[in-house]
Amino acid sequence: MSLKIGVPSKGRLMEKTFDWFGARGVTMARTGSDREYAGAVEGVAGVELVLLSAGEIPRELAAGRIHLGVTGSDLVRDKLADWQMQVTELAALGFGHADLIIAVPVAWIDVDTVDDLDAAAAAFRAAHGFRLRIATKYHRLVREFLTAQEVADYQLVDSQGATEGTVKNLTAEAIADITSSGETLRANHLKILSDGLIHASQATLFAAKAADWDATTRASLQALAQKLGVSAEI
Amino acid sequence: MTSRAAIRAEAETLFAAFKAAGAVAVEADTLLPAETLLDLYGEDIRARAYVTNDPLRGEMMLRPDFTVPVVQAHMKDGAEPARYCYIGEVYRKQDHLGPRASEYLQVGFELFDRTAPEAADAELFALFHGLLAPLGLRPATGDIGILMAAVHGLSTSARRKAALLRHIWRPARFRKLLDRFSGRAALPQARADLLARLGSAAVADLIAAAGPMTGLRSEAEIASRAEALIEDAETPALKAPEAALLYDLLTLQAPARSALSHLRGITGMLPAIEPAVDRFATRLDALERHGINPSDLPFAASHGRSSMEYYDGFVFSFHATGDLPPVASGGRYDALTAVLGQGRSIPAVGGVIRPAMVASLREGIA
Repeated sequence: MSLKIGVPSKGRLMEKTFDWFGARGVTMARTGSDREYAGAVEGVAGVELVLLSAGEIPRELAAGRIHLGVTGSDLVRDKLADWQMQVTELAALGFGHADLIIAVPVAWIDVDTVDDLDAAAAAFRAAHGFRLRIATKYHRLVREFLTAQEVADYQLVDSQGATEGTVKNLTAEAIADITSSGETLRANHLKILSDGLIHASQATLFAAKAADWDATTRASLQALAQKLGVSAEI
Repeated sequence: MTSRAAIRAEAETLFAAFKAAGAVAVEADTLLPAETLLDLYGEDIRARAYVTNDPLRGEMMLRPDFTVPVVQAHMKDGAEPARYCYIGEVYRKQDHLGPRASEYLQVGFELFDRTAPEAADAELFALFHGLLAPLGLRPATGDIGILMAAVHGLSTSARRKAALLRHIWRPARFRKLLDRFSGRAALPQARADLLARLGSAAVADLIAAAGPMTGLRSEAEIASRAEALIEDAETPALKAPEAALLYDLLTLQAPARSALSHLRGITGMLPAIEPAVDRFATRLDALERHGINPSDLPFAASHGRSSMEYYDGFVFSFHATGDLPPVASGGRYDALTAVLGQGRSIPAVGGVIRPAMVASLREGIA
C-alpha cells in the first residue's frame, strides 16, 4: 500500500507546496494534460500524490482516506471538531500565511476591542431588535473564539465569498475573515479589532490518525519525514 | 452499560412519580424553530444543539430542552397555577470525543405559580430530593436573585449596573467588568488609547474623519456609545466596602443556614439585597417543612451562573461523583416567561432528571 499525500490541486498553494517539497529533494508534479488532476512524486519511494481542493483535505484526513495532507491550519481547525484527536501537525510550511480576524466599519470610532464589540452588540440588539450579525465562513473558529471571550448578543451569518462586502450590503454589521495584506478590508472601509486575531494560519503538513498505518506506509513515512526533516510522530 | 430498556423503565417510574405529585403530562415538538432558541441562548447554542433546515419553516433545532416549548404552551393557553411533567429525548451536539451522550431521555417537572414562589421552589426541590434520595447524590443550591439584587443596589451608574446584569451568566466577563468598575484592574491600554482619541475632538468630527459610513449601525448609535464611554470614564469607582461585599458574595459558599446568617450580616451594608435575602429565608423555612435540613444543605451564591442563561432565582443540581454532568438540575426562570409570554409573565420553576444516569447509578448500587 502506498502512502497517500493530499496536496492542493491548483493555484499558488499548489505551486508553493511543490516548491517546498522540491527544495527538500521530493519532486511533485502534475502529470497528463494541465486539466487532468493526476500527479507523481519522485525522490522517495511508495508515496502517491492525490490532488484535492484545499478545502476538502481536512475531511479526507479525518476519514483517513489520505495519510498526509497539506492545507491551511485554519481549515483544519474550522472543519474538524476536536481536530487534535483526528490529525497531527507534522510541520508548518512557512507559506500561505493568513490571519483570521474580526473587522468592523472604520466609522465605528467607539469600537477597538472584542470588549467593545460585545458592548456594541448589546446596544445594537436593543436598537434593532436582532443580534448583531457577523458574516463568516469560519463558523467553528469564530464561535469558539467569541464563546471563550464570553461575547453575547451576536449571530453568525454565513458568507462563502466577498465577505468584506456584506457590511455595505447591509447583510452583516461586522465580519470575520482571513486577510493577509488587509487591502480588501481597507478598500471596504473596515478595520481589524486590536485583539481580534482568531487564528494565524499557514500551510501545514498534517498526518491523519485514522489512516491505515501499516508497516509499509509507516516505513514510507519514515523515509519521507527524514528527507523533509520533519517529525514522523503521528 | 445500562440498557435502553432499563433507562426507559427508570424514566417511566420518575414520570409516574411526577404525575402522582400533581403534574399534568405534556408533549412537546421535537423540531423547534431555531430562531427562538438562538435569541434566548445566543449563538453558543449552535455548538450544543443540532440545527437543521426545513424547506418551508427555515432553520429548525432538534429539541435541546423542554423548558422553552413547555413555557410557550403554558403562556398560550395555560391555567394557573399549573404543574406540568414531560418525558422525552433531548439532543445535544458534542464537539469533543468522549462519554457525553448526544441523545438522551429527560424527565422534567415545571411549576407555574404566582402566589408563593418560595414554596414552589421548596416543593420542586423536595420532590427531586425525595426521588433521588436512594442514590446518595451530592446536592448543590444557589440563588442568582441575590447576586442580581446586589448589582441592582450598587451605587454606580445605571449603565454599569446593566453591563454587570447582562453578564451575570458569563462569570469571567462579569468578573472582568467588576474588576474594572471597582478599580482593582487598571484601565486596559486599548481603552485608555480609545478614550484619548475620543477626547481629542468632537465625536461627530471623529466619525467623519474615520472614513465613510458603512453598514446598518448608524452614526447616532456610534456617537451615543462614544459619549457613553466618555461618561463612563468619569464614573467614580465602586466604593471599596461595596465592592468588597460583592466579591464576598461571588465566593460565598456555605451550608444554606450559615449562608443566610452571613447574608443577614451584610444586609445592613447592602440594603438592596434585603428582599432577596428574605425570599431565601422563606425558601429555607419551606424546605425545612419538607424535611430538608438547611443546616447541611450546600449553598453557593454563584451556583448555576455558567449553565443556561435564564435562571434568575433559586437554582439547584444533584451530582454523582466524578466528572459527569449533573444527574438532575433546575431552577427559577421568571424572566424567561416574560420573554416568551409576549407581554405576560408568571413566576416559574422547573427541573429535569436524566434517567440514564439514575439507572446506571442504581445498577452500581445493586
